[in-house]
Amino acid sequence: MSTTPRERTSLQVEISVDVPIEHAFRVFTERFDEIKPREHNLLTVPIDRTVLEPHVGGTIYDVGTDGSICTWARVLAYEPPHRLVFSWDISPQWQIELDPGRTSEVEIQFIADAPRRTRVVLEHRHLDRHGDGWQGLTTLDTGDGWPLYLERYRTAAERTDLDA
Amino acid sequence: MSRPLPAMCQCVSGSLPNVSRSIADPWHALADPTRRTIFARVAHGPCSVSQIARDLPVSRPAVSQHLRVLLDAHLVDIRRQGRVHLYQPRRDGLNRLRQELEVYWTQTLITFKNLAEQSYQPDHSAAEGTSTP
Repeated sequence: MSTTPRERTSLQVEISVDVPIEHAFRVFTERFDEIKPREHNLLTVPIDRTVLEPHVGGTIYDVGTDGSICTWARVLAYEPPHRLVFSWDISPQWQIELDPGRTSEVEIQFIADAPRRTRVVLEHRHLDRHGDGWQGLTTLDTGDGWPLYLERYRTAAERTDLDA
Repeated sequence: MSRPLPAMCQCVSGSLPNVSRSIADPWHALADPTRRTIFARVAHGPCSVSQIARDLPVSRPAVSQHLRVLLDAHLVDIRRQGRVHLYQPRRDGLNRLRQELEVYWTQTLITFKNLAEQSYQPDHSAAEGTSTP
């Protein structure tokens, strides 16, 4: 079944930051709240804050403005200031994936290139565990599963149509 | 392979991920409820136009038309089995997920860099070692 080339099942992005490694790790883990793109919201209300519990076995969760909570990751490794690994319990349709066998993994490595320069390498791997990317769509016709993302694309597509 | 952040900064300013779309917009194709149902049927397992028309309250010509839109959007492809054309989901759903996540993490790292560099207060006593006249 798995004919997808290996390199397609993961992605890697990296960035160099002009700060010491300890500072880089601290900002990433303590202020993840401010770093994560806000528009990816799995709650039905705006996100008030995102909490990253800094220990193995901890979770990452969004807290909505009404107090509702959405837990979307499990911390798998927490090794300051070098490494952070967490699971990605979000399906290709940007919904919470409850089956751990169908979740991927995000590893962030902090590498000191100089006393005040840190390279941050982020790898999101095992994407194939989510399936081929279409599974969630098989339930879309029930209505409830229509994800925010598709709605947004639809709106954008319609706007483009109007502009044309 | 490690990918340094390319000139993707335009993604940060817009609210939409700027994933290139040289093909018909798949999300647009799926905005139609009937097409969604047909796609869901195809995603369930390879099937022919007649099978879809039999399973769903949609006429054969309408099914064919909808399938053409799904083909254009690269959501499905065709496999020939004898004289029958079977429609099946394309396997690049994973690619699309990968692209979306790449935009997501690129945005995350750019925001992180700005925040980390803005919040960094160099320890002057340690930093002045090389610059002291």
